[in-house]
Amino acid sequence: MDWAALRVSLWLGAGTIAILLPLGVWFGRVLAVHQFRGKVLVEALVTVPLVLPPTVLGFYLLVIFGARSPLGQAFQSLFGQSLPFSFQGLLFASAIANIPFVVQPIQRGFEAIPSDVRDAAACCGLTPWQRFARIEVPLAWPGILTAAVLTFAHTLGEFGVVLMVGGNLPGETRTLSVAIYDRMQAFDDRSAGVMAATLLVIAVVTLMLTTTLSRRVGVRRG
Amino acid sequence: MRQRTPIPLDVDFSCDPGDVLAIFGPSGSGKTTILRSIAGLYRPEQASIQAGGETWTDSSSKTFAPPHRRAVGVVFQEYALFPHLTALGNVMTALGHRPSSERRSRAQELLELVHLSDHRDRRPHQLSGGERQRVALARALAREPAVLLLDEPFAAIDRTVRRRLQDEVDELRRTLDIPLVLVTHDFDDVVRLATRLLILEKGKAIACGALTDLTSRPDLPWLRDAVGLGSVFEARVVGRDRQRGLLELAFEGGTLFAADRALEAGTTVRLRIAARDVILATSEPHGLSLHNSLLATVSAIAGDGAGNHVVVQLVVGSVLLLAEVTRDAIARLGIAVGTRVYALIKSVSIAIVAPEDS
Repeated sequence: MDWAALRVSLWLGAGTIAILLPLGVWFGRVLAVHQFRGKVLVEALVTVPLVLPPTVLGFYLLVIFGARSPLGQAFQSLFGQSLPFSFQGLLFASAIANIPFVVQPIQRGFEAIPSDVRDAAACCGLTPWQRFARIEVPLAWPGILTAAVLTFAHTLGEFGVVLMVGGNLPGETRTLSVAIYDRMQAFDDRSAGVMAATLLVIAVVTLMLTTTLSRRVGVRRG
Repeated sequence: MRQRTPIPLDVDFSCDPGDVLAIFGPSGSGKTTILRSIAGLYRPEQASIQAGGETWTDSSSKTFAPPHRRAVGVVFQEYALFPHLTALGNVMTALGHRPSSERRSRAQELLELVHLSDHRDRRPHQLSGGERQRVALARALAREPAVLLLDEPFAAIDRTVRRRLQDEVDELRRTLDIPLVLVTHDFDDVVRLATRLLILEKGKAIACGALTDLTSRPDLPWLRDAVGLGSVFEARVVGRDRQRGLLELAFEGGTLFAADRALEAGTTVRLRIAARDVILATSEPHGLSLHNSLLATVSAIAGDGAGNHVVVQLVVGSVLLLAEVTRDAIARLGIAVGTRVYALIKSVSIAIVAPEDS
């Protein structure tokens, strides 16, 4: 069992959620509520990471992160290290790969709120922020929860992008799913089996937790 | 309010506290858009909207208060309750202008007012259509609005419950000192609740005035086509004659007999007499089954252009009645403005609009 890899995987999952969820709530709501020109293009761009082969995504991310790109240079001068093959780079890549998993469920969640409920909230004297916090977020909650779970699960399972952008540095960028591949290559079936089982258990527990949570929401709402 | 696109609008109206202005028209005529403009949910090209001494919208000075800064109570067509909050929670949401210590007790008072205090912990999905409407009403009143807006409030409720809710709204109107604006495509709502009427067609007000004035106008073909002409006026129950199965009603112009109903003497009711149900005679007839024969003076005659029907407006005391007759009948009887005629009305043709029989 590669505990360091498990730690990297869990941190990566939690970190991706922490970065993406607030952005996803904001952006998903924008897409759900506002009509603007070029919305179809924006929606397509948001979905691209879903259909792109992970290696293609990884390739472009490496180009963007590279020492010759403005982003790569900025990061280098700020933190004194390069983005590729670092945990930060991996986190950044993971956040981008997971955009569709966050934005889409949240967008659907906000879209499901009837527009007259939104209007009623305004006519009750709630300011835009109060409407958001007290009416919209509670009602879009199932979508937000789904986004978090999908992101976490997807991050744990991500392989191609991790290998491309992060490489396989123990304790830094080697996630559990990469470690499994690594062990299998070394004919260490036992370790691979233990880690695969760990991922399986995490997946099942996450899904159980989601079901329970969404059922609790369901009971509250009927 | 005026604009050309996307929904053409051209209306100008006011409504005093205690009045109920019904905006009546077919769907797509812009009724809801007018309501939304008052609430600040829609911004017409050109508009000036004042309520309770405040200017909410004024396009010439670019004034536009967002909905949450307008003291407006809105009952939406589908009620638009917050599904994740209880009845009490829904009402409390609209009490943000009160100190938080008062909100709960005030919300309970409001639920009591709409007879829902024992359902306060239920969520919208656990309430019936009528109960939801009451929560929506309580929530709208919670804001202490300067104007109460009702968008087709009874459309989604079945007939029996509807009557009771209409009565409740009517009762509420008497206790509130604010104008009510009611949008509806159901003339029954208008006859029961409105004191003033605005008839809207394709965003344009084709008539606006007191309900009794508009319903007694002979020259509103639109109204004739939509619901049939018939004047609406107030009367008082004098008494019941159970043996003859009649109800005696006094109005400012005489006495009418209608089919008996369980109404107490002294009750004020609204009557609607359809123009088609009024027969004219130049001398008082005898030997008829009729109960009502009123001496009246013809005050106006309006034709409908190509058709063979003519609408005659009659003055009986201070009340105006309408009679729809053929062109031939007018010629035969020699009826003109100023002619004295008898208006004959069957007792069963008098529609009584009264609080739900108890």
